Amino acid sequence: MEKRVVFNNRWLPYLLVAPQLLVTFVFFFWPAGQAIYQSAFIPDPFGLKTQFVGLGNFEYLFGNRYYLESFSTTAIFSVLVTVSSMSFALWLAVLADRVIKGSSAYRTLLIWPYAVAPAIAGVLWLFMFNPFTGIIAWMLFQVGYVWNHNLDGGQAMALVVAASAWKQISYNFLFFLAGLQAIPKSVIEAAAIDGASFWRRFWTIIFPLLSPTTFFLLVVNVIYAFFDTFGVIHTITQGGPQQSTTILVYKVFADGFVGQDLGSSAAQSVVLLVLVGILTVVQFRFIERRVHY
Amino acid sequence: MKKYIAAGLVAALMSSVAPASAATQIEFWHAFTGRLGELLDEQVAKFNASQSDYTVVATNKGNYSETLNAGIAAFRAGEQPDVLQVFEVGTATMMAAEGAIKPVYEVMADSGLPFDQSVYLAAVAGYYTTTDGQMLSLPYNSSTPVLYVNKDALKAAGLDPEMDLSTWEMVGTALDALKESGSKCPLTTAWQSWVHLENLSAYHNVPFASKENGFGGLDTELSFNGDVQVKHIDTLGQWAKDGKFIYSGRRNEGGAPFRAGECALFTESSAGYAGVKKEATFDFAIRPLPYWSDVEGAPQNTIIGGASLWVLEGQTAEEYKGVAAFFNFLSSSDIQAKWHQDTGYLPITMAAYEATKASGFYGENPGTDISIIQMTGKAPTANSKGLRLGNFDQIRGIIDEELEGVWNGAKSAKDALDSAVSRGDELLRRFEQANR
Repeated sequence: MEKRVVFNNRWLPYLLVAPQLLVTFVFFFWPAGQAIYQSAFIPDPFGLKTQFVGLGNFEYLFGNRYYLESFSTTAIFSVLVTVSSMSFALWLAVLADRVIKGSSAYRTLLIWPYAVAPAIAGVLWLFMFNPFTGIIAWMLFQVGYVWNHNLDGGQAMALVVAASAWKQISYNFLFFLAGLQAIPKSVIEAAAIDGASFWRRFWTIIFPLLSPTTFFLLVVNVIYAFFDTFGVIHTITQGGPQQSTTILVYKVFADGFVGQDLGSSAAQSVVLLVLVGILTVVQFRFIERRVHY
Repeated sequence: MKKYIAAGLVAALMSSVAPASAATQIEFWHAFTGRLGELLDEQVAKFNASQSDYTVVATNKGNYSETLNAGIAAFRAGEQPDVLQVFEVGTATMMAAEGAIKPVYEVMADSGLPFDQSVYLAAVAGYYTTTDGQMLSLPYNSSTPVLYVNKDALKAAGLDPEMDLSTWEMVGTALDALKESGSKCPLTTAWQSWVHLENLSAYHNVPFASKENGFGGLDTELSFNGDVQVKHIDTLGQWAKDGKFIYSGRRNEGGAPFRAGECALFTESSAGYAGVKKEATFDFAIRPLPYWSDVEGAPQNTIIGGASLWVLEGQTAEEYKGVAAFFNFLSSSDIQAKWHQDTGYLPITMAAYEATKASGFYGENPGTDISIIQMTGKAPTANSKGLRLGNFDQIRGIIDEELEGVWNGAKSAKDALDSAVSRGDELLRRFEQANR
């Protein structure tokens, strides 16, 4: 049942989409093409000389144990950030949705952290968990738990996940709350009259009706965990200890802009490009099918 | 002091008005902020006020890595500054960039200004000099690791605060006593790779890498997994396990707990002096970096860290003349002596050291001359001249990772160093390939 609008002028449609195409070309295809091109070379940092190595950069990457580990680190990190920030946000949204008195104040407060830049969020959490001077590290020490994320990879991962998820909760909360409020009250009330408990109503009515929002947020959060958490990691762990928090994007930065190894950095960008492409296809092919619009 | 800054500001203002008289502008990109940034601006203002032909415009470009990146990006865009401050680990990258840099000896020779390389401290300038003795970049801020001692903490542990701590064996004894008396942090360090591997190797006259630590060619290979290094890291690992050595981070995070009085001993750059002096509410002392008494020839000399000033290619002859004049000014002994006394960085000329000595500064600030004595006590050998390794920033990252594995007990010292060497060699080969 698609609607068809017919353009009589042959060139008008092209003209109308031209700005969008231009933007996509300049900000996506051109840099992506550059990355693919550069991934076949090993240049020196100043661009004075460059050597063609074909697939050499990729061979070097996939022969490196730490690069391969970075994939699982990224997977663990993204899943933890996405699941924890979304479930926590949903919980808060459900609670805030039920509050009647002073609800706008609650909501405003809950949205605040979104205004915090990732790097600042990182520093805030670092202050609290600094092994020597952090208040939470000190409290943990009082109950006999030694916190030193400079040495303990698990603790470092927990810290960057917490900081990244915390920052994203507000955003998720906002969408979940809007989603909840868009669910017709009559459906929920009808179920309540039929004697369905809160949990039953939640799982059989609210959650399915919320699925478009959930799906949207899933996509946004995975992208967030992949690309936007860079600032958090850079300020808290710089990818350490022992690369236990080096996610793929951080490695692209560290190799390219700290290590000046532009060839390897370009090759990693290409790998990331392919990976995100696959991820997007998976999300829209398999997960979207279960979404009720 | 305030009056002085005001005078500097006026001078800076005047010089920024000056372009009407067509003074040549010299762009200088650096990585200093805070107090060091102020001191640098003061030097620049003084230079600008001292003559009318050139105006140096100093701009901060972030931290060391960011400044180097900014310089590289600007060069690619054809808008490079005249002078770029590059940290010592970027030395090999800069050196290999023939066509992007103009060696200092060349700049000075072209300018016709007097330039005598022998007035510079060999131990400092050597890091930035070719194997045949030509200076490539001007040493600017250089420091070397020393041992900071919290004397009150030693006293509290029942130790003599003046006790001899010149060897690691003696430090070990002190740590036992400190731990026993309940110290939460007997020993911590800053810059672990720099202090406990790079300087350790030079100090004990063992190679850190083949080919004279990389001075002799790009086909160098790492060799810091020798007996001395393994023994040292193994000992530190044992101390970490016993709670005698507390790891606080890759950079100088250990400074905060030491200055707060929590840590008794602290190995850190001599440039940490200003901070310790300002914040410490306890009695402290500076001691030479300890060495292992059973290693023959130890202590040799320690090596520097810090940054030097590189001149970039592609500017006018007039600008290079200005750069040469500015470098001459920076090397003058009163500027250097003041810099040394204000910051704890090493003076770059012998004259500045003598001037500081004559002023009685060392008498009033005991321990501030230890860094110089430690560096100049013996003539540098092939193992203690410095390091010149490509991709070294990343190699340090690898060393940090592997050492962290030792501190948390996941790896033995030998395994960690072997692994760091083989992973680092891969990066050296990549650097060699990129610069073939």
